[in-house]
Amino acid sequence: MSENTTTPQEEIVLEARGITKQFPGVLASDNVNFDLRKGEIHALLGENGAGKSTLMNLIYGLHLPDKGEIIVNGKVATIHSPNDSIALGIGMVHQHFMLIPVFTVAENVMLGDETVKNGSLDRNAVTARINEISKQYGLDVDPNALVGPLPVGIQQRVEIVKTLYRHAKIVILDEPTAVLTPQEAEDLFRIMRDLTARGVSIIFITHKLKEVLAVADRITVMRAGRVINTVKPSETDSAQLANMMVGRQVILTVDKKDHQAAEEILKVEGLTVRDQRDLETVHNVSFSVRGGEVLGIAGVQGNGQTELSEALTGLRSPTGGKVTIDGNDLTGKPPRKITEAGLAHIPEDRQRHGLVLSYSIIDNMALCDYYHPPFSQRGVIQPKALDENARKLIDAYDVRTPSPFVSAGKLSGGNQQKVIVARELSRPVKLVIANQPTRGLDVGSIEYIHSEIIKMRDRGVAVLLISAELDEIMALSDRIAVMYRGQIVAVVDVKDTTREQLGLWMAGAHAETA
Amino acid sequence: MDWKRFSFIGLIIVVLFGVVVMVGQVKQPPLLIITSMLATTIAVATPLTLGALSGVFCERAGVVNIGIEGMMLTAAFFGWLGGIYMFHLFGLPAGVSIAFGVFFAILTGGLMALLHAVLSITFKVDQIIGGTVINILAVGLTGFLNRQLFFGKGSVFGGTVPGSPGVLPTIHVPITELFNSVCGASANCLQNVQAINRVFDQKPIAISAILLVFISHYVLFNTRWGLRTRAVGEHPKAADTVGINVVKMRYANVIIGGMFAGLAGAYFTIESVPSFEPLLTNGRGFISLAAMIFGNWTPIGAWAAALVFGASQALLINMQIFRDVIPPQWSFLQESYIVGLTPYILTMFILTGIIGKTTPPAADGVPYEK
Amino acid sequence: MQSEKQSISLTKRILQSISEAILIPFLAILTAVIIGGIIIWFVGGDPILAYKGLIQGSMGSKKAWSETAIWATPYIFAGLAVALAFKGGLFNIGAEGQLAVGAVFSALIGYALPGWLGFDLPAIIHLPLTILFGMLMGGVWAGIVGALKAYTGGHEVINTIMMNYIALNTTSYLLNGIMKDKSPTNVIARTPLIAESARIPAIFDGLRVHWGFILALLVAFLIWWLLNKTTLGFEIRTVGLNPDAAQYAGINVKHTIIVTMLLSGMLAGLAGSIEVTGLNYRHELGFSIGYGYDAIAIALLGRSHPLGVVLAAFLFAAMRNGATRMQFLTQLPVDLISMIQALILLFVAADAIIRYIYRIKSKGERVVLTRGWGG
Repeated sequence: MSENTTTPQEEIVLEARGITKQFPGVLASDNVNFDLRKGEIHALLGENGAGKSTLMNLIYGLHLPDKGEIIVNGKVATIHSPNDSIALGIGMVHQHFMLIPVFTVAENVMLGDETVKNGSLDRNAVTARINEISKQYGLDVDPNALVGPLPVGIQQRVEIVKTLYRHAKIVILDEPTAVLTPQEAEDLFRIMRDLTARGVSIIFITHKLKEVLAVADRITVMRAGRVINTVKPSETDSAQLANMMVGRQVILTVDKKDHQAAEEILKVEGLTVRDQRDLETVHNVSFSVRGGEVLGIAGVQGNGQTELSEALTGLRSPTGGKVTIDGNDLTGKPPRKITEAGLAHIPEDRQRHGLVLSYSIIDNMALCDYYHPPFSQRGVIQPKALDENARKLIDAYDVRTPSPFVSAGKLSGGNQQKVIVARELSRPVKLVIANQPTRGLDVGSIEYIHSEIIKMRDRGVAVLLISAELDEIMALSDRIAVMYRGQIVAVVDVKDTTREQLGLWMAGAHAETA
Repeated sequence: MDWKRFSFIGLIIVVLFGVVVMVGQVKQPPLLIITSMLATTIAVATPLTLGALSGVFCERAGVVNIGIEGMMLTAAFFGWLGGIYMFHLFGLPAGVSIAFGVFFAILTGGLMALLHAVLSITFKVDQIIGGTVINILAVGLTGFLNRQLFFGKGSVFGGTVPGSPGVLPTIHVPITELFNSVCGASANCLQNVQAINRVFDQKPIAISAILLVFISHYVLFNTRWGLRTRAVGEHPKAADTVGINVVKMRYANVIIGGMFAGLAGAYFTIESVPSFEPLLTNGRGFISLAAMIFGNWTPIGAWAAALVFGASQALLINMQIFRDVIPPQWSFLQESYIVGLTPYILTMFILTGIIGKTTPPAADGVPYEK
Repeated sequence: MQSEKQSISLTKRILQSISEAILIPFLAILTAVIIGGIIIWFVGGDPILAYKGLIQGSMGSKKAWSETAIWATPYIFAGLAVALAFKGGLFNIGAEGQLAVGAVFSALIGYALPGWLGFDLPAIIHLPLTILFGMLMGGVWAGIVGALKAYTGGHEVINTIMMNYIALNTTSYLLNGIMKDKSPTNVIARTPLIAESARIPAIFDGLRVHWGFILALLVAFLIWWLLNKTTLGFEIRTVGLNPDAAQYAGINVKHTIIVTMLLSGMLAGLAGSIEVTGLNYRHELGFSIGYGYDAIAIALLGRSHPLGVVLAAFLFAAMRNGATRMQFLTQLPVDLISMIQALILLFVAADAIIRYIYRIKSKGERVVLTRGWGG
């Protein structure tokens, strides 16, 4: 941690005063005041939708504030586009990387600030400068590598190099650890401290309480577009921070009774799957899930979980291996057959796979079942049955909507997910596959989905939970399998392991099966 | 562009040329046939090359442009019309009028592209619908004006279609004739050198097309403009975050694309034949798109694919010359119908991707929302 | 209590959605008419007289109505073809070719079948066979493209256009060759007349309008029912809106794409078929040039809704029919109609322009057709 508690009147390099921004239907920033001191790591904490990213996008120049000022190094700044903020020494690393996969590292770094010699791009000069920065800040990147195949941790470094290439003195990191293993996150924190030691000031956006307490000098909590408070880590704890984030007491753990595992429901043997680019992303994976238990697959995104889940739910054909549900061989069968065999699938990307946004809630509730009675008779749809079904589920799952005819696209993320959960879990199911079920949701919805998952488990259903949030895995799972580079590298009981141990496995250390 | 694709192209060209040589060698020496085919191929591929380049620029920047056909058609019409006006109404000499015609054609192409840009980028209309609208508008506009301006009430031409000032001349580029001295006195050798040189005797637009292929390649892959264009077509948000004006880049590239299409239009009425007929572009704009796709959105690849189509058309033309010597078992070659279908079937075949998977720019066709 | 609130808002909602649906196309037509009027005035014509001629020629007498209905018939079928494809997320630019194929093969069965069999057929058998065969061939013509899209990813825009050219060349070849009307007085490329037993009767004595028109209206209703009330329709629409969700929902996306194109092609084939059996009683080369592209405009103007398509088809039919009278009164070329239609299309497709001009808010998700382009 940098030692700024001893120096008087620490220099303020960036200040936001009275920032207000209204988007259609949402007040994203409500009279926000925020300041950043030189050389500090200032964390901006809040749950999804709290307004953290919006504030940073305003500072970076991607949007214009309706009201308020941004002051950089003591002077009021007019920031109309990223060009202006870059010129002021502000750099931003976005949550979803702004990198072009088919370009090289050098091309990505120089984009927008290209060095040109005699009319053509001067790649050599750029490469030289990148190597210089790499050495100076310990960010080892190969300027001539194509960005697409690079591991996520390295891609993030390229993003940081991009900001330093433009002489940034203020660096904003938006949810940087969302895609990192615990070890990589530690690496990132080391880099951050190195940067601040050289006078760079960092704003670090996150929703993870533990990180914030570990690495920040100051923490500002936002909720619903407003700043709630700014505190030092030494003055607070997780419970208080969570309270500030959500506005009420939050139960940070899930109440779970001991599971009574029954027979095997899902059995996966030697599964191999290839992805869009015909690369093998799942290698020879085997595991099983029993009725009444939750098996959590931990792992950073991009280690094959997506393809694994697609293969199990029929969205992609595996190239080898076997998948059995309750004794039935369903390897490579289409989604409908697997659904009929008792699968409920809560997909990773709810707006892409789980819903048709312009259909009403009624139609979405019957999305997977429209083809059989009572929803249709001999090819003709029965609107009354659909209607009844939807109303029943909206009630039972507390979906907040003025009417069942509202199109799903108008619902909040949490309510959209509830529609999917209601649809999937209201069928007679034997197996639930939930892939990143709480991504991007507010705390209230997260709590609800967690309790539904436990309810299913207690009812004897087998649950396969795939999540990049380690806390979620540890809270809900009975057993945990870790996926790394397409293989299951460990399977343990939740009681027999620790966060650190799981983190090591997620990073590829100790490739063994417990 | 990988070897598999290039070798497929090479194979087809060899086959097409081979057929013509085999049939025609009873009438003419093979060298003469090959050089003649090559010369024709290059000339005929011109609108396809330019159309494909138009597509490359638009789509590399992220805007799908299926209105190339309509842009070519309108440009062909207004280029031809412009030449006529300059020649008959302003009394300018033929050469100048023709030059004006080319200029008008390019301008028209750019303006039609501007319309497409406004629809696609600012109004975020589905780009395929927008392109189709351009095509339909082109047909309606040229059909209407073609009738009204010459035969309508108050027409300055009083009910007749005036003759065009002419076509662009063939430029004699004495490349191989530099080697005349090597031949000494051998008449045969001189004749061969002359024959080979015919390949290089092309008209201005054809020559420009080839030059533009290489210029485009350089610009796209080695300049700041090209880097930013490609960025905007792959990941516009990323380009936006480093301060690039996505909208401006897209507009600029679409208009450039339109100008290429305009030059292609000029080929039809100013380089090929000095007259306008409704729908004279005959699908060339769409075949250009297939060439672009097959060339994996690269200028040189697209040019190679355009040459294949050009070769199939050259085959058709040469079959007419040799129709009296076609052996009976190959009489189907006489049927212009079957040979005439080649470009279309070839296009469909290429689109199946059997020859190789193609990757469009990642953000191609997606309107940019901030 | 809640259901009462719901039923009020249901009626209100229906009215709202109808007015919203009509508003943009109405304004688009209005704007195009105004601009058309300006163009007419610009080239020296009288806009009022021109539009008066249009209206007189298309609706001014029983005969005018009959002719308008005749023009509308193929427009309805072809418009439905394109609209159905749109609903399925596909852009069928090939209506032109599918129509021609449907026409030529119908003509074949119409004039040749009795000869092949050696005896005459009763109309009850011959006519349906004739129509069906044309319809099926149109379906196949489009189905090929559907299969290519489903299994190879080839985008249907270019493939249908290629099939159009192939159809054009093929019909030309056939009509100048083996299917040519060999009677001594004939010089043009056309088939012989089809047998009496293969002709659709007229509805009224003395007017040309035939039962094919009624069939068109029925088919429009049928397509509406298919799209909105059946599971197949649900599948088509879901694939059109979100193929990923459709796959997840258990729909076989590949099959649906092929079926959609088949149905679309069948409708276009029907357009050609009905023209041959109900109006011309033969296939004359080039009789249908432009119908396919008009169909695109009609489908867009009708917002891909069967009722909208019928109304839009009527509008275009009225314009085509009235154009002759307009030309008679004002000496303006009939091509002007094409210009105005192109303008209407421009404003409908770019409804954002209309919204911008008249300050209307937008809503909702749209079918995206550029998906899968080139990749």
